[in-house]
Parts: sequence; C-alpha cells; structure tokens
Amino acid sequence: MNSSLYISLIPLLPLVTFVLLGLFGRKYFNSISGIIATFSLGFSCLLSISIAYQYFFHSERVNGVLQQIIPVKFTWLQFSPGLSIDMGIVLDPLSAMMLVVITFISLMVHIFSLGYMKGEARFATYYAFLSLFTFSMLGLVMSTNIFQMYMFWELVGVSSFLLIGYYFEKPSAVAAAKKAFIVTRFADLGFLIGILILSFHAQTLDFQTLITRLTDPQSAQYLSITAGSLLGVSMLTWGLVLVFIGGAGKSAMFPLHIWLPDAMEGPTPVSALIHAATMVVAGVYLVARLFPIFVFDSAALTVVTYVGAFSALLAAIIACTQTDIKRVLAYSTMSQIGFMMFALGVSGHGGEEGLGYMASMFHLFTHAFFKSLLFLGAGAVIHLVHSNEMIDMGGLRKHMPITHITFLIACLAISGIPPFAGFFSKEEILTAAFHANKVVFFIALFTSGLTAFYMFRLYFSIFWRGEVHLHGEHHGEGTLSMKIPLIILGVLALIAGFVPFSQLITSDGIALETHVDLLFSLTPVAMAVIGILIAIRLYKTENNRSDGVASAFGGFYHASYKKFYVDEVYLFITKKIIFNFIGRPVAWFDKNIIDELMNQSAAITAAVSENIKGLQSGKVQGYAMYFFWGILGLSALFIYLFN
Amino acid sequence: MNLSLLILVPLLTAVAILLCNGLKQVRSVALLGSAVQLLLALGLLYTYHQERETGNTAQMLFEFNYTWFANLNINYHIGVDGISIAMILLTSFVVISGVLVSWSMEMLNKEFFFLLMFLSMGAYGFFISLDVFTLFFFLEVAVIPKFLLIGIWGSGKKEYSAMKLALMLMGGSALVFVGLCGLYFNSSINGAHSFDILALSKTHIPLNAQMLFFPFAFIGFGIFTALFPFHTWVPDGHSSAPTAASMFLAGISMKLGGYGCLRVAVYLMPDAAHAYSGIIILLSTIAIIYGAFATMMQTDLKYINAYSSISHCGFVILGIGMLTPTSITGAVLQMVSHGLMTALFFAAIGMIYTRTHTRIVAQLGGLLKVMPFIASVFIISGLCSLGLPGFSGFVAEMTVFMGAWQNPDTMYRIATILACASIVVTAVYILRAAGKAVMGPINDDRFTSLSDAVWNEKLAAVILISGIVAIGVVPFWLSNLVTPGTEQIILQTGQALLLK
Repeated sequence: MNSSLYISLIPLLPLVTFVLLGLFGRKYFNSISGIIATFSLGFSCLLSISIAYQYFFHSERVNGVLQQIIPVKFTWLQFSPGLSIDMGIVLDPLSAMMLVVITFISLMVHIFSLGYMKGEARFATYYAFLSLFTFSMLGLVMSTNIFQMYMFWELVGVSSFLLIGYYFEKPSAVAAAKKAFIVTRFADLGFLIGILILSFHAQTLDFQTLITRLTDPQSAQYLSITAGSLLGVSMLTWGLVLVFIGGAGKSAMFPLHIWLPDAMEGPTPVSALIHAATMVVAGVYLVARLFPIFVFDSAALTVVTYVGAFSALLAAIIACTQTDIKRVLAYSTMSQIGFMMFALGVSGHGGEEGLGYMASMFHLFTHAFFKSLLFLGAGAVIHLVHSNEMIDMGGLRKHMPITHITFLIACLAISGIPPFAGFFSKEEILTAAFHANKVVFFIALFTSGLTAFYMFRLYFSIFWRGEVHLHGEHHGEGTLSMKIPLIILGVLALIAGFVPFSQLITSDGIALETHVDLLFSLTPVAMAVIGILIAIRLYKTENNRSDGVASAFGGFYHASYKKFYVDEVYLFITKKIIFNFIGRPVAWFDKNIIDELMNQSAAITAAVSENIKGLQSGKVQGYAMYFFWGILGLSALFIYLFN
Repeated sequence: MNLSLLILVPLLTAVAILLCNGLKQVRSVALLGSAVQLLLALGLLYTYHQERETGNTAQMLFEFNYTWFANLNINYHIGVDGISIAMILLTSFVVISGVLVSWSMEMLNKEFFFLLMFLSMGAYGFFISLDVFTLFFFLEVAVIPKFLLIGIWGSGKKEYSAMKLALMLMGGSALVFVGLCGLYFNSSINGAHSFDILALSKTHIPLNAQMLFFPFAFIGFGIFTALFPFHTWVPDGHSSAPTAASMFLAGISMKLGGYGCLRVAVYLMPDAAHAYSGIIILLSTIAIIYGAFATMMQTDLKYINAYSSISHCGFVILGIGMLTPTSITGAVLQMVSHGLMTALFFAAIGMIYTRTHTRIVAQLGGLLKVMPFIASVFIISGLCSLGLPGFSGFVAEMTVFMGAWQNPDTMYRIATILACASIVVTAVYILRAAGKAVMGPINDDRFTSLSDAVWNEKLAAVILISGIVAIGVVPFWLSNLVTPGTEQIILQTGQALLLK
C-alpha cells in the first residue's frame, strides 16, 4: 500500500472539492454539489479511519511507543539556511486521532446539511466553504512545521469567517464574522511573535527539531533561549505564552472568547463542525503538540492551567442565564474547552504524571461527538420552530422523538453521567486535577455541577416545559439526511467512552493503565445529579420558580445575563479609544499637518515667485532703476571692501 | 535574449497606436503589444533559468553595453538578475490587465493608450538599466505620463492631484539626481568617473561621500515608494487617477522607488546604509502603523487602498532597512506581491465605480448579490492585502518579518513587533470595507439592476489573481529567483561591515 499517496488524499480531496465547487459549482451543478462534496469527504473519512486503524493497531511500536511517521515533506519556502516552511504530513497518535475526528464530524455535518440547507441559492458555495474548512483543519493537524500550522491556522480562520458570514445579507452575520476574524487575528499576532521568538533561538521551525532542541538543557539553543529574558521572564516562557495566546484566541479562552457566542450567526451545522468539534479545539491541539516544551516551563503551563480553569467556570456561569439555545451551547463549548486546557496545564510528562494530557485528549475526542450532536439537534429544533429563543420552544418531544432522545443522550454525556462518553473523559480530568492542584479541582467540580444544571435547563426548556404552537404545515424532524447523523452521533455519544484511549494516546506514547475509581467518581456524579435535579425542579413544568431564583441572585444574575460586560469593555476600547484616540488623530494629522506642510511649501513657492516675477516687467525705466540701485549698492560694497 | 526588446516593444506599440484609427484598432494594438510584453517577460524568466542551468554564474545576465555619451562616460548598459526579472514580470502583468480594464475608454483613447505604453517602456528600461544615468533617464520617462493621465482622464480634483504628484515625484527625482552625481564624482575607475552600477559596486566610495549622498538617493527614491512623511501624493494621486493609471501608479511606479532604494542607494553606498538603517526603520515603521490607522478612518474605497499602500510599501522599506538577506528578499517579494494585489484592488474598485458611480463605502452594500464576480475579486484582493496564506501577501510579509527578526537589536525587535501588529489593523480596515461595501443588505434600489463583469474585466482579474496565487501557493520559484540577487546586495553590505 502506497501510504503516502493515500494519506495525501485525505486533505487533497476536500481541497479539490473546494476548487471545483467554488469555481463551477454554482453555475453548473448547484443542486448536486452537496452530494459531490459528501461523497468526496466520505472517501476522505474512510481513508482516515483505515489509516488511523492501521497506525494504532498494526504499526510498529518501539519500546511500546508508537513512532512518528512523516510520509510527505518538502520545502515550501526557504527563509534562511536553518529556517524554512516545510509542507508535510505527520502521522502520530495525536494527528491520527484528530484526522478521524475531523473527517468524521465533517462528514456528519455534510450529510446533515443536505437536508438543512436544501433549496439554498448558494448551496454550492456553502459546500465549497465547508470543504475549504475541512482541508484547512486537516492541514493544521497534520503539520510538521510550526509555520505550516500557522498558515493553516489562518486558513481555518478565514473559512470560519466565510461560513459565519454565509448569510452575508444579514448585517448581524457580517458583524459576527468580522468580530470572529479580528479577535482571532489579534490572538494570532501573539502566535506569530511566539513563533519568531522560538524559531530565532531554536534556529528551526520544524516541530520535532524544535522540541528536541528546546527540551535538552545542554543544547546551545536551550541555553540561548533561557539566557535571554524580558521583564524578568525568560524568552522561553515569553515564546510559549505568546503561542498560547494564539491558541486561546482560537479556542475562545477568556478574555479572547467574545467572538464565539456571536459566531452562532452562521448556519447551525457550521456551528456544530467549526465552533463545537474542530476549530475551537485547535488551541488545545497546539498546546498538546508543543506539550513537551510546555512541560519544561512551569510558568507557561501555570498560565494555561488558570486561563483554562477560569474560562471553564466563567462560561458555565454565563451559560446558566442565556436564553438563545445556540449561545448556551457556545458557552458550554467554551467551558468544556476550558476543561481540556487546564487538564493539560495540570499534567506532567510520562507515566501517571501524564494523566492530564491523556484526559485532555480523551475529552477532546468524546466532546467532539456529543457537542456536535447537541448542535445538530439544536439545528433540527431551529429548523422546526424558526427561532433560537427558548421562549419559543417547549414540549417538542412529541414532535421530534429522534432529536429528543439523541439530545438527551448528549446532555447526559456532557453532564458526566455514567456510562455515557463524557463521564469517562471528565473523570480522568478531575482525577488529574485532584492530584495536581486542589484549587483547580474544586473549580472543576463546581463547574461540572453547573454544566449538568444548564444542560438540563436547556433540555427541559426545549422538550418539556409548556407547549409550543407550530403554525400550519410543518416538516417535523426534517429529512432522513438530518436524522441519520443524529442517530449515529447519538450512538457514539453513548459508547465513545469505551475506546481504550489510554492505550493509544498518552504524553510519552507509552500505554497507561487507568481505572475508574468508584469512590472518587461518586462526588462528581453526585454534583451532576444535583444539577439535574435542580433543573427538573425549575424547568420541567411551567412555573415561576426560576424567576424567583433569578431574582434571589439579583445583580449577579443580571451581570451573568449580560455576559459580565466583557463585550462592552471591548467595544469601549476599540470604538472609543482606538478609533477616537488613535485613528482619528492620525487621519487628522495626515490631512492637516503633513499634507498641509506640502501644500504650504508649494504655496510659499508660488507666493515668492509671484512677488519676484515683477522684476521682469519689460519696462525699460524699471530696468534702469534696478541698474542704478545695483551700481550704487556694488559701489558701496567695493568702497567698504577696499577701504 | 536581447533585453532591448523590452524597451522596443512598448515603444513600437506606442507608435503603432498613434497610427491607428478609432477605439477598436487602438485597443487591439495595445492589447497585442502588452500580450507580447507578457510573453517576453515569461520568456525572459525561462531563458534566465536555462542560462543558470548551464552554469552561468555571472551576476547579471544578457548584458549589453553601448557607449551613449563618451565624454561623461554614460553608457546604455543593461542586464538582469533575479530581482529585475521579478519586477519585469510584475510590470508585464499589470500592463496587460491595465489595458484590459480600460477596454471601453472612449475619451481621447489614442493618447490614453499611447501614454500607458510609454509609461511601461520607462518602467522596463528602469528595471534593466545597469547604468545609473540611464536608470535615471527611464525614471523620468515614467513620471511625465502620469501627470497627463491624471490631469486629463482623472476625476475629482484632478488638476490639483496631478500637479501634486508630478511636483513631488519630480522633487524626488531631483534628490535622486543629486545622489547620482555624488556617486559619479566620488567614483574613480581607472582614473575616470563612472555611472556604471557594476563598476561602482566594485569600488569603494569614500565614507563621507556616502554619508552625504545616501540620504539624497534614498529619500529621492523613497518618495516614489511613499516613504513617510513624503507620502501625501499617494492618496490624492491614486484617487484622482483613472483606473488603469491607479493600477500603474501603485503597481509599477511605487516599485520603481523600492527597486531604486535597493539597487542604487543600498547596493552602491552600503556603509551609509548601515549607518542610516535605524532612521530608515523608524520611518518605515511609522509608515506601516500610521498608514494602517489612517486607512481605518477613510471612507472612499480608493483612499482606503491608497493609504493601505502606504502601509504595505512600508514593509518594503522595512525589509530593506533591516539589511538581512531574508528581509531584503522579503522586500522584493512584497514589491511584487503588493504590485499585483493593489492593481487587482484598483481594478475591482474601478469596476464597482463604473457601475454604481460611487466609491463611498457607506453608500455601497450587498454587491455580492448583484455582481458576484466583481465582489469576489474585491474580497480576494482584500484577503491578499490582509496576508491570507495562499495569496502572495502572506509569503511576502512573513519573509519580511522572519528576516527582520534575525536582527537582534532591541529597537529593531520593537519595530518588527509593531509591523506585525499592523496585520491586525489591516484586517480591521479590510473587513470593515468588505463587510459594508460588498456584503450586507443592498441599500440602494439602483444596484439591483447592475450587471456583473464582462469578459475583458474578468480576464484582467484572472491574470492578476493567477499571479497572486502562483506566488501564494508555490512561493519557492520566486524566492529562489530573487535570493541570489539579494545575496549579492548583502555581500556588499557585509563587506562594508568588514571594512569598518
């Protein structure tokens, strides 16, 4: 088997689909473009699964460690003898797992969209953008070179921009797309400068060499990067923290999370793919990719831990008060990614120490299934009631039984109820946190309770409480193509937790023995159950108990409803400070000082010549006068000089 | 390959245009002429590679030397290296697309196309000259047509803009000329003064003369490439110019300056380049940041692109000023990339303007719905401008940043970080413009009946986009083409350091 060809096909198929549909799709085969894209991606997905299977179970292990394989690599742009952007494909446990997750979720979204987006005038464009996104995301996870990753990172950002702004006639969609792009771009600036710092000292952009050089305390590169410091912080920490800022931007970590809720303006299947399962975990993936270096620098890792834990808590609190179902899910995503981040932060390298790393990747894996399921379910609901607001929903379990059951499974999974997928991964995260950092552990435990509460608040508000009046003819749960992905993902949300993950992906590559400690599990599960019970009490039937609770929290409730005013702070800084105190003065200065100087110098020249042009009047008397005064002046000068 | 063809073809085209009758004949001849130019440029690229394959390691290829004015030792000395070829390719791409977008130029069409061809002749001559006097001659040839193009076919306050542009560029030329004279009179090759670039590069101009004349040459050329604070001709000039002239101005003319800074100022006066590099970097960083913020406040599409050109050309100067091999390669890449991208941008703006009769962002909206092709071109040029991977802008900017960072001085690092930060501001202004003008709802009923691009406009856009994508997707051909040339320049400045 020519594996390098097959593995190259995985990202190339979506790329070809993008070019084909982007250039010709809309004109020539708009209505079947969805089928084309789905088949192409299906093939890509089959290849990913078979290659991952081959890799995990049939490739050679050296001392029990799966070896990294680089089947494709070529120099794309040479900066200097040591520094070049190489395009390549890396196959290691991390990227193999991501390949499966990305192509699989993307395939589900492709299938779901066949029904959801049916009849769109720009159907081909939609699938072209989806393909572009899938290509970029695959390129990102397969990168062998940190600059290659940065490139695909930007491409992922722009595909997200294009998809959020898919309904470009809606000003709110355009605004959301702009916001997402600019906020993540700002974060990417950190990533870029981080790359510059790391590569300058390590003299390489290649991931593997970078890691080897910067984790060897004897290497010249390590000595160079730790010798340099700025504000008392070593350049290594600066580099890593800046790179992490890039990751925090894409993964919507506080305070760079503000774009994610707005990004829900995009079509719902897009939210399921990009803003739930794949793109938003790119930041986690980035930290995991550079994890051997992060482990070496406790300061940078501490930043990761606390940013993750704080984001997890903050997002969970906000999620409890939002009324737009997609926004609840968006905050829930942010919260779950916070879990993955701090799991990496509390992790060590190797053996039992590395439990956090393995747990984080495990959670990334299971989360992809149940969160995309939640979004697709929400999509089906929105498709039916034509609204995102909880107030317009209620009692939908009778109208959409499949959506109802699968949504319930996903809610149980995310709440961490055994034996659903989320239970296993969350359990590992909590265990890792418990052993490493008690503060983070208690934050995580509390957040787990909140998670269960807001998810079931969502669940009951959609499917139970009250009775929605659907007007006239409605299409029920939608087409078969919408139901199939829900069912498949529902099954996976049920069983994904049984994947022997600790055997496959660990911080040092050596299989890890994990076991569920029933006594330890009791507390988090109890927290989740309490959260669910409160949600049942408040939201299962129509009552005004929830209003009572809300008013009991008073100002805090309101602040949470207003997302703690983070958006307002940003608006103040950008609109008021940057525009009024930088942009406007600069534009004014350019027009009135610099340009005016140029105009004035021209005006002065003109004025001077206006005055002296009279000298050449053509009047002989005038010339005689100049002659006379000239002679007089010169005589005076000569008399003065020679006397 | 005979390089003089590059001057001869546009000249003959220009003459042939004068003999034509009616728009149809004129534009056909112009298109034919520019197509031949494009083929010549591509042929040049091919034969250059062939020649290098056979092991010809001469610094300049296809040299030709003819004594023009023996008393002052002025020669018609021409030849090319990778940098020149990159610029020639850029010129040929912009010229043909400029002709295509002017396809329905009714007013004084003969004169219009004549001037376009004449201007392109000046640009080609400039890029192949190896004699600074000849180089200066062609620089002047390229200035005069711009005055007429804006003054006659322009819009808005065209007389003011044309005069401003001509005066400032002439001022720049005057400074350049002083610098060249300084070089000439301080050179001594076999006892004679010389204008020859290759000969001058092998002698050592006395340090005090370098220190005195470098600023003249650098600022003079810098005015052409919108060096802060001599950039104010750019916004007015571009916005008053007709579409093709804007494309030529930003795509070609501004590159004359960057090329001159590199080939004449830095290459021939390397000691002074080192001594002044701090100031160069300061000015270019200001241009980058200041240009970006000024762009953010503009309301007219052409002003937006003009101010963003100031910011983007700042990268060229920054790359040159950093004096590392990578940064100078980046500067050349940025010249090519910006030339293509900004020409595309102006072409798109021109297409929008001829249909909607407005360039004010607030009055536009929803064009993606009614003219998807033009709107997509606009978005593509915007994405290239904000440095999206896959387009040329990314490759060029990242090469500049990478190269600039290799300069370990703290102040230079700060300048690099500020320059990097400008990519965020770029994203802000590009997305603001695109979000309002081509996305969003259609806010004017007149727009609903507008038509999309016609064949000549589509072809122009496709030619420019193919150039942008060819650099963005497979950058190594261009970077490998340019690198030997920049290494030569760095060698020169490196030797300068050793001499100190």
